[in-house]
Amino acid sequence: MTPDLHLWLIPLLPLIGAAMNGFLGRRLTRQAIATVALAFCGASFAMALYVSLRFSGLAIPHMETLAPWIRSGTFQADFAFYLDQLSLVMLLVVTGVGFLIHIYSVGYMWEEAGFYRFFCYLNLFMFFMLTLVLASNYLLMFIGWEGVGLASYLLIGFWFTKDSAASAGKKAFIVNRIGDFGFLIALFLMIKHFGTLNFDRVFQFAATIDVENAGAGLLTAIGLLLMVGAAGKSAQIPLYVWLPDAMEGPTPVSALIHAATMVTAGVYMVARSHVIFERAPTALMIVAIIGTLTALFAATIGVAQTDIKKVLAYSTISQLGYMFLACGVAAFSAGVFHLMTHAFFKGLLFLAAGSVIHAIGGEQDMRKMGGLREHIPWTFWTMTIGSFAIAGIWPLAGFFSKDEILWRAYQASWVYWLIGVFTALLTSFYMFRLWFLTFFGEYRGTASGHSIVREEAPSRSGPPASPGHHGIHESPRVMLIPLAILAFLSVVGGWVGIPGSLGGSNRFDRFLGPVFRATAPALNRQPAAPGEVAPSEQTTEGLEPHTGRGTELAFAAISVFAALLGLYLAWLLYLRRPELPQRISAALHGIYTAVSNKYYVDELYAVVFVKPLVEGASRVLWRGIDQGVIDATLDNTADAARHVSDSLRHMQSGNLRSYAGWVAAGAAVVIAYMIWTGAR
Amino acid sequence: MVPLSYYLVLSGILFACGVTGFLIKRNIITIFMSIELMLNGVNLSFVAFAAHWHALSGQIFVFFVMVVAAAEAAVGLAIIIAVYRTRETLNVDHVNLLKL
Amino acid sequence: MLHLTLFLIFGAICVAGAVNLLVQRHPINAALSLVAVMASLAVEYLLLGAEFVAAVQVIVYAGAIMVLFVFVIMLLNAGEEARTGGSRVAILFGIPGMLAGSLLGAWVLITHSGTQEVPAGALPGPPREIANLLFHDFLLPFEVTSVLVLIAIMGAVVLAARPESVEQQKREG
Repeated sequence: MTPDLHLWLIPLLPLIGAAMNGFLGRRLTRQAIATVALAFCGASFAMALYVSLRFSGLAIPHMETLAPWIRSGTFQADFAFYLDQLSLVMLLVVTGVGFLIHIYSVGYMWEEAGFYRFFCYLNLFMFFMLTLVLASNYLLMFIGWEGVGLASYLLIGFWFTKDSAASAGKKAFIVNRIGDFGFLIALFLMIKHFGTLNFDRVFQFAATIDVENAGAGLLTAIGLLLMVGAAGKSAQIPLYVWLPDAMEGPTPVSALIHAATMVTAGVYMVARSHVIFERAPTALMIVAIIGTLTALFAATIGVAQTDIKKVLAYSTISQLGYMFLACGVAAFSAGVFHLMTHAFFKGLLFLAAGSVIHAIGGEQDMRKMGGLREHIPWTFWTMTIGSFAIAGIWPLAGFFSKDEILWRAYQASWVYWLIGVFTALLTSFYMFRLWFLTFFGEYRGTASGHSIVREEAPSRSGPPASPGHHGIHESPRVMLIPLAILAFLSVVGGWVGIPGSLGGSNRFDRFLGPVFRATAPALNRQPAAPGEVAPSEQTTEGLEPHTGRGTELAFAAISVFAALLGLYLAWLLYLRRPELPQRISAALHGIYTAVSNKYYVDELYAVVFVKPLVEGASRVLWRGIDQGVIDATLDNTADAARHVSDSLRHMQSGNLRSYAGWVAAGAAVVIAYMIWTGAR
Repeated sequence: MVPLSYYLVLSGILFACGVTGFLIKRNIITIFMSIELMLNGVNLSFVAFAAHWHALSGQIFVFFVMVVAAAEAAVGLAIIIAVYRTRETLNVDHVNLLKL
Repeated sequence: MLHLTLFLIFGAICVAGAVNLLVQRHPINAALSLVAVMASLAVEYLLLGAEFVAAVQVIVYAGAIMVLFVFVIMLLNAGEEARTGGSRVAILFGIPGMLAGSLLGAWVLITHSGTQEVPAGALPGPPREIANLLFHDFLLPFEVTSVLVLIAIMGAVVLAARPESVEQQKREG
């Protein structure tokens, strides 16, 4: 008898909070709004903790049905929830990091006019994200998928009176929808061929299909289409263009949605569908290639950005590329591991960046920062921890997760590994560039110890400095405590995944093992190489066994070296000899312009896709069809009626004899008709 | 001995003359008289058939037709008088106020 | 033989009267032609044996209705018809239509009624028989028709009354 954990409460509680804040928020005080939002989010987090406590006693996977939804013939999709190790990890990450960011937002958004609206949307986002994570069929997951896209649109365009923010929101939603189109087609394929969208049934069916080594088949198609959806949601090539623009939203939004949780939905979805992907090697390879290329591509752009949030945005795209690379080499648990650690340190980095922006009165351009180390120490130290974590320096969280991915990538192909290491170098470089530019050297901005001058620079977003704040000041405690907690997690978060070669037992991998191991295709299982491999490392996710702990240690050392090299280069260029970057960019002028303009991808899309679409729509659909056909039909019908009646009115001449004439003629016709039809 | 068809032909001729009179005459009173001519033609046809089929109700019908014709003539002429008072003309072509 | 001769003579008078009605320009001439038509028709009815109908034809039709027509013509001082434009439709559609309709109708009736002979006095219709039928089988139509006549009388009085006389009656009454 499966115990009923009331899983439905976990998504529902934030929904109630959203409803309360949404409908009543106008009339509530800020304290009340914050309390409502935090209470419901916190309650959801508490429920998640409770579930995790009870987890060991459950039969896995644990499914609960809340209510029937669609029953159509043999097709059935219910409001049902699915709990296994993977969902538990996602659940804890989403609720935990979400709760911390809620706390942070109370401080960050305190001066804002739309305070209640912000928390309404934030809670709404939590509802949809939790639905996505806990769903037990693809349809409910799709609802959560779409819903987080909606919440993202609402939150990016939070300052909707600003054109750039409104456009960024639209762009995010539309690009997401393109990905969702692929997702939908994949769902349709599943319905057609499997007749169901429930996870357990779909994976049962998929498991009966042989591995499609020849390349093209049903599972490859489904896998590729799911990847299109994931590329849209998780900002991979070619649908990543919305994420840098999404930085128009408030910083907590960037932290929660565009770093820690929403963008990871794609990774979660791919990991959840691993049964399908494992049997479609072509699709898997495409996933890995997309991930690798995106990682490299985004890292190169991040090197030349001057806005602190844009650097972090491209960094997010790049790290998501790593996660997809991991999934693409069938190292799903490594991908999820990186997802978790990334949520910690990227969330931390964004929140700290928000703290920096708040401190200097709304400025986001790094060229106008510098030397903030003494002014905002807490922010400085937490950001330092985050930067070291993302660079992958031992023993912080990023090291273990990134290393795991690189190690598994190497076993698939050394090309993946090489690009991954080079990207790690770039990651370290641009993160420490950010670190140095922001906190070291001389302060180059205009906010000072005296009363500030509020700049209305059109390019920056973020909350304007409130008139009450003077000069550079540390953030309030309500913002610093989440920073501290996330910093702590960034330090220790990786320790659950210490691989055997470094002395640990990789508990994370073992924990997720049952999810990914159970349905791995039997084809690629090879016996473990004799000797060295510690039993905990036998993640039989379908690839060749490891070649020894010595090699793994060597590779780990190489990645740490790359990270340190990046640190050194950043120090060199931005602290020691700050005139160098100018000379280098002048020397490489063409390349530098291309990179700093994001390789003109947005402009390319505008010319190739957007402009023809808009032109086509306005010429063909608007003028041609709407005006020319639909309006014209109505107008012409009315005109025709008028013309007919106009010509018929001449019969009413008022002349008695003409009436008589018509009557006589009509009578003759009637008589003729009657004779003709046989009336006698 | 007169065949039935002779009576019918005569009736038809009278009726056709009545319709023609209605169509080509301009004086409203003359038009009315054409109507009476039509009714007479029909009456002849009724009586002829009644005789042919030995059904006396044909003649009864003629009786009713005459009564109705009388009533109609009375009312119609009263209308003509009323129209003449207002329009001062008996020419039917001049009474065309209902023209659209 | 006599029957046929009488029929033809009086039939010719009918047709002549009808054509004369069309031809004459002055309405009084047309009225008198119509009286002639009605009289000959009365003879035709007699030939068919319908005595009562013939009598009623002369008394009511020729004697009352046509007299009414003549009175109105005199009252309104109707003169010769003027030649006005008239209606093209009436000529173009009406005459052909009328011709076609009557020819068709006649053709149907003749081909289906055949050439059986109707003897003279075929169906005698003495007043007694007529009355029997009228007041037994056709009582309802009889009564309704009498109401109709009543209404017609009232309508005629109202429609033809002088407006001043109405005012006068109101003031006086």
